[in-house]
Amino acid sequence: MATAVRTLGAEALRAVETLGCFGLFLVISLWGIVKPPYKLMPVVRQIRFIGAHSLFVIMFTGLFSGMVLGLQGYYTLSKFGSVGFLGGAVSLSLLRELGPVLAALMVIGRAGSAMCAEVGIMRNSEQIDALECMAIDPVEYLIVPKLLAGILVMPLLTSIFDVIGIFGGYLIGGKLFGVSAGSYFQGMYSSVGWQDVEMGLVKSLVFGLLLVWICTAKGFYLHRERGGGFGAEGVSRTTTGAVVLASVSVLVWDYLISAIML
Amino acid sequence: MEQDDPREIVIELEGVEKSFGTQKVLEDVSLQVRAGTTTVIVGASGQGKSVILKHMLGLMLPDAGTVRVFGHDLARCSKQTLREIRQSFGVLFQNVALFDSMTIYDNVALPLRERTRHSEKEIRQTVEEKLAMMGLEGHGEKFPAQVSGGMQKRVGLARALVLNPKVVFFDEPTTGLDVSKSNEIYRLFFETQARLNYTAVIVSHDVPKIFKLSDYVALMANRRLQGCMPPEAFQLSDNPLIRGFVLETMGPIYSSETEESLLYETL
Ligand SMILES: Nc1ncnc2c1ncn2[C@@H]1O[C@H](COP(=O)(O)OP(=O)(O)OP(=O)(O)O)[C@@H](O)[C@H]1O
Ligand SMILES: [Mg+2]
Repeated sequence: MATAVRTLGAEALRAVETLGCFGLFLVISLWGIVKPPYKLMPVVRQIRFIGAHSLFVIMFTGLFSGMVLGLQGYYTLSKFGSVGFLGGAVSLSLLRELGPVLAALMVIGRAGSAMCAEVGIMRNSEQIDALECMAIDPVEYLIVPKLLAGILVMPLLTSIFDVIGIFGGYLIGGKLFGVSAGSYFQGMYSSVGWQDVEMGLVKSLVFGLLLVWICTAKGFYLHRERGGGFGAEGVSRTTTGAVVLASVSVLVWDYLISAIML
Repeated sequence: MEQDDPREIVIELEGVEKSFGTQKVLEDVSLQVRAGTTTVIVGASGQGKSVILKHMLGLMLPDAGTVRVFGHDLARCSKQTLREIRQSFGVLFQNVALFDSMTIYDNVALPLRERTRHSEKEIRQTVEEKLAMMGLEGHGEKFPAQVSGGMQKRVGLARALVLNPKVVFFDEPTTGLDVSKSNEIYRLFFETQARLNYTAVIVSHDVPKIFKLSDYVALMANRRLQGCMPPEAFQLSDNPLIRGFVLETMGPIYSSETEESLLYETL
C-alpha cells in the first residue's frame, strides 16, 4: 500500500515536472520568436521542410477528403431531396473541421515525427550540449525557426487543403452526379460566412503551434523520458509518443476551439 | 605547491560531489585551474574524468559543493552569465559531438556564423585555415560520418579552436590518432597556447607524453582527485595511488619487456 502511494506520488510529481518543463519550453520558444535577432534563412529552410515538402500529401489528402464528402453528402442529401445544399455542406465541413484537423494530422506524420527524431538524436549524441558549450542557445537555434515556420505554414497548407477539397467535392457531386456548378458554388457562397473561415484559420494556427511544440519538446527532453530515452530505441519510442500525443492534442483542441468559438 | 602559484584562478572546484542513482562518482573533489596553465586529468577508465569536465562546463550540476568559473558559481548564476562565460570556452567532447547533418566545413563555421558578424568570405578564410592546421584540407565538403574517427577528432579540435577561446576543455584529444598525428596535435597545442595563452583542461590517457605539455597533473582515482601538481612532482609523488599509476603507465622499461616476453612465451 505504502509503495503504491509512493509510486502514485512520484508519478504525479513527474507529470507536473514534465508539464512545467514543456510549458517553460513553449514560453522560451515564443519569446525567441519575438525577440531579436531575427534570422530569415533558418525559417525559410524550415518552411521549405514543413510546408513545401508536405504540399503534395496535403493536396492528395485534400482531394480525396473532398471527394468522399461529395460522395457521402450527395447520398445523404439526395434522401431529403436537397442536393442543392451539397456545396454548402462540403465546404462548411472542410473549412470548419476537416481541413485544419486532417492537414495537421498529415503534417504531424510527415514533419512532426521528423522534427522529434532530429532533435532527439541531437540530444542523444550530445550535440545539444555541444551547442550550449559554444554559447549558442539550442532553443533559439533549433526550435524557434521550426515553431515560427509551423505557425506560418499551417494556415497556408490548410487553405490549400480546403480549396482542393471543395473542388474534389464538386468533382464528385458535379461531374459524377450531375449537380450543376451553379447550385454547388452558390450553395457554398450563401452558407459559408467569414466566421467559418476564421474558425478554420484560428484552428490551423493553434494546431501549427501545438504540433511543433509537442514534437520538438519531446525530442528536446528525450533524456527526461521514462527509462532515459537511450539509443535508437529511445528515439523511436519518443517519436512514436510525440506523434500520438500531438495527434490527440490536436483533436482535443479542435473540440475546445469549436466549443469556444461557436 | 599549487597554492603558491600567483596566477589568477579561472576554474575552481570545491568539495564537489556527484552521484548517479546509487553510484557515487565524485566525492569531495577540489581543484583549482589557473590562468594560462595546462591542467591534465589522468586516471583509469570510468573514474569520472569526463564527469568532472561536464561540471566545469555547467552541463552537470554537483549534488554538493561548488564549481566556480571566473568567480561565478555555475549552479547559481543566470543563464545570461553562463552564456557569457561559455563564450570564452572551446570544447572537445569525448565522443566529439559533431553536428552530423552538417558538412565538416559547416561544423567548423557554425560558431563563427552564430557568434560573430564576419562575412561569409572572412569565415571561409578562417575555417580553411583551421582545417589546414588540422591537416583536413579538401575534406570540408564531407559529412562527419564519411571521415575516420581520428579525422572527426581533428574536426572537433578545429571547431573548438575556431573562435580563439580563452579556456579550452579537451576530453581525450588524441585518442584514436596515430603517433605522428598526435605528436602533431601536441605541437599545435604548444604553439597555440604560446600564441593565445589560453587556459587548458585536458583529459588524456596519453601518459607520459602529455606530461611535457602540462603545468599540473591530477589523478582521478577512488572518486577523488589525487594531488594536482607539476608533472615532475607528480612522477615522484609518494601518494601510493599516484605512484601506482606512474609505475603502471611509465614503469621501468625493462620490467615491461620481461612482462611482455613472458606474455609471448605463454602464448
Ligand atoms: N549521465 C550519466 N548517467 C549515469 N551514470 C553516468 C553518467 N555519466 C557518467 N556516469 C558514470 O560515471 C562514471 C564515470 O564516467 P566518466 O565518463 O566520467 O568516466 P571517464 O573517467 O571519463 O572514463 P573514460 O576514460 O573511459 O572516458 C561511470 O561509471 C559512468 O557509468
Ligand atoms: Mg571520459
